Amino acid sequence: MRGISFDIAHMLAGFLVLASFLMLYQARLYALLHVLALHAFVLALSVAWQAHIQDAPHLYITAAIALGFKAMLIPWALRRIVVRLGVHREIEAVGGIGLTMLGGIALVALSLEVMLPVTAQTDPVAREDIALALSVVLIGLLMMVTRRNAVSQVVGFLSLENGIILAATGARGMPLVVEISVAFSVLVAFIVIGIFLFRIRERFDTIDVGALEQHRGGRQ
Amino acid sequence: MITLVLAAIGSFCLLAIAGAAAGRAAVGRYGVYGGCAVLSLLSFGVGLSAIGNPAETLHLPLGIPWIGMHLRLDALSGFFLMLLGLGAAGASLFAIGYGAHEEAPQRVLPFYPLFLAGMHLVLIAADAFTFQFAWEAMSLASWALVLSQHRDPANAHAGFVYLIMAVFSGLAMLLGFVVMAGAQGGFTFEAMRAAHLPPVLAALVFVFALIGAGSKAGLVPLHVWLPLAHPAAPSHVSALMSGVMTKVALYGFIRVVFDLLGGVPWWAATLVLVLGGVTAVVGVLQALLARDIKQLLAFSTVENIGIIFVGLGLALAFRANGFATGAALAFTAALFHALNHTLFKSLLFFGAGAVLNATGTRDMEQLGGLIKRMPVVSAAMLAGCMAISALPPMNGFASEWLTFQAVLLRPELPQWGLKLMIPADGALLALAAALAAACFVRLFGVAFLGRPRSVMAAEAVEADRWTLAAMLGFAGLSLLTGLFPGVVIDLLGPVSQAVLGTRMPVQMTDPWLTTIPVEASRGSYNALLLFAFVALSGGLAAVVVKRLGHGGLRRAPAWDCGFPDPTPMTQYTGASFGQPIKRVYDGLGYVAHDRVDMPAPGDTRSARLISERSDLIWDYLYAPLGVAVGRIATILNVLQFLTIRRYLGFVFAALVVLLLALALWQ
Repeated sequence: MRGISFDIAHMLAGFLVLASFLMLYQARLYALLHVLALHAFVLALSVAWQAHIQDAPHLYITAAIALGFKAMLIPWALRRIVVRLGVHREIEAVGGIGLTMLGGIALVALSLEVMLPVTAQTDPVAREDIALALSVVLIGLLMMVTRRNAVSQVVGFLSLENGIILAATGARGMPLVVEISVAFSVLVAFIVIGIFLFRIRERFDTIDVGALEQHRGGRQ
Repeated sequence: MITLVLAAIGSFCLLAIAGAAAGRAAVGRYGVYGGCAVLSLLSFGVGLSAIGNPAETLHLPLGIPWIGMHLRLDALSGFFLMLLGLGAAGASLFAIGYGAHEEAPQRVLPFYPLFLAGMHLVLIAADAFTFQFAWEAMSLASWALVLSQHRDPANAHAGFVYLIMAVFSGLAMLLGFVVMAGAQGGFTFEAMRAAHLPPVLAALVFVFALIGAGSKAGLVPLHVWLPLAHPAAPSHVSALMSGVMTKVALYGFIRVVFDLLGGVPWWAATLVLVLGGVTAVVGVLQALLARDIKQLLAFSTVENIGIIFVGLGLALAFRANGFATGAALAFTAALFHALNHTLFKSLLFFGAGAVLNATGTRDMEQLGGLIKRMPVVSAAMLAGCMAISALPPMNGFASEWLTFQAVLLRPELPQWGLKLMIPADGALLALAAALAAACFVRLFGVAFLGRPRSVMAAEAVEADRWTLAAMLGFAGLSLLTGLFPGVVIDLLGPVSQAVLGTRMPVQMTDPWLTTIPVEASRGSYNALLLFAFVALSGGLAAVVVKRLGHGGLRRAPAWDCGFPDPTPMTQYTGASFGQPIKRVYDGLGYVAHDRVDMPAPGDTRSARLISERSDLIWDYLYAPLGVAVGRIATILNVLQFLTIRRYLGFVFAALVVLLLALALWQ
């Protein structure tokens, strides 16, 4: 039991990293949103599995939140935004996808290198989970840095948040209050960003963040 | 007892709210300052009783979670609490009268009680967080008070410099505590006392404490804020900042270096001795040249801080060599001088405030002849000037004499640094004492004697009764502590016992209340006898002159030296008085230039003598520092105008670099 539960947890976390890589590769917005939904779905599976092996029923709620909000509600809403903005056909000019992927691989290596020695004494399940979660977080950040489109930056942010949830559930779960508040703060952030996107669009006729920079006062 | 101090701190905070609510109404002045006076008297009593009693501790579940707030009231805290209570009670009493002339009381009333509360909390804090919090509260509240007349550009500059120095001091203290707490995070003073630091770290803590407390107290070259901030603040606040807050800073130094570190090596003592001696001389030299009365007093505070630091340095030196008697003597002398300085410097600032209210100016060259218009203020100021010039039988003499006794002990110290520095400090102190006397002769002679130099001075009126009460009270206390130095020395016994483990011999049992610091053959001082002699011989001389002379008072025209109508401008001025000293010590801390601005032939304007003085410490230390900061800021300013993605990229890069460092470091 010990062996198989560990393997499944490890596999799900690995899937999450893989989904992150998919995201990094994906240049089209629709496809990106599908990958985001997949990402959150894998997270929900992983959290549910953790709930099962840790015997922590409150983690099922986390999983439900991940499934409901992150895998369905948010991608659906983002999709609506993309449609209403009329940018669904846009293909992002991401420079050097291969290079970015290599960077992502380096980040995974780095996080394994950092986390495995640090958490040497802890439970092996949590240990692997935390290492992989850190790589999800780092890849999310990498995505936010390399993308120019505001929607893909939001997607990067949301995947980053998924990584944090993964780390938190791996480490014997976190209090439910914290979890719910985090979930809601993400939702609020999402709403704010959504409104913000429309405002940018109204002003500048594009959601390329490069356009924002030209309109800032002061020195360039 | 410690709960009483806490209650006082709470009440101060309530008074601050009341002060903010009262605004400009006169009732606010009476309520806030009256309340502060009563509470300060309470803490005076608590401090007095805490000196003799065992230490009390209290742990409150306030502040940072899991650490809370540790408070402790021991002999050292008790002594400084007593000093704070005394100074604050006097300043509050004075302020009841002085505050009536305040332009904007609503900018002073809320912060004054907060300032007192901060200082109280510093004294009873027993963990680094509480101490640091209180230290910063004290700095911020006093900064707000310095800026109470913020429309004057000079005051705005003073506030800016003061804020920077306060932040710097807080940072240095913080770093000191962090080093002491170490990786284990023992942030209570108890844990720090128990921890034995390796010599390198202990040296680091010592340097941080010296910088942190030194810049708050006014140790050269960190003294630049005092002569700017003291004139800017209202006079009762100046009295508190100069008389009390610098002592709270000394408390911080003593607490960290003497108590928490538990002794430092001899080179550290040498450093304190060098800085103390330099501070004393540089401070008094600048005081001699100041025109602004309150600036003069601020520089004189710098000098006195130097004297106190010399005492503390001697105590450290003797302690490092296991010479207990000397350490106790020097430590007692330093604390005694701290108390005395609180008394007479507060008194002098009250006097300066009274003169400022009566004439509207702090410029010495506009004053003169005030002894006729303000006789009581002048008498009290004379007492204060005598005390600060270390004339017996006033208290300044008693403590400076004790410091000299410690210098003159000269035991066989093995280190050459100390062997050379202690006599050199003796010489510096002697020079500073003589120059201080000259400085206060100048102050009193120019501002209070002679004839008025301006209409304002000619029309000055005597101060109100609150001011007079505060001034006469402190003058009386200065005389009493001068007459009975044994009482204070015995009071300091338990403090020295608690901090150093030794104390000076009990003085009050000596016959005729003679003060004998070490043994009778090495020097003793009987203030009472001296006072009796001075009073008798002075009285006798007066009687003899009256009897042998022609008796009655005769008014007749004075010999006019050949000037038929001398204007007040022909009087000896403060600048004239300072001129020889300015010439002699030119280049020592300042550079003075006098030049004549002669009009071209045919030009009808008058020739002018332009006297310029530049402060070397400011020009060669602070000005280049300011320029460097400006340059770096210009370079870094680019960071204000990057794109969002760049900022994100910076965060990302920083994270990756830190993770890499972690991975490589393991």
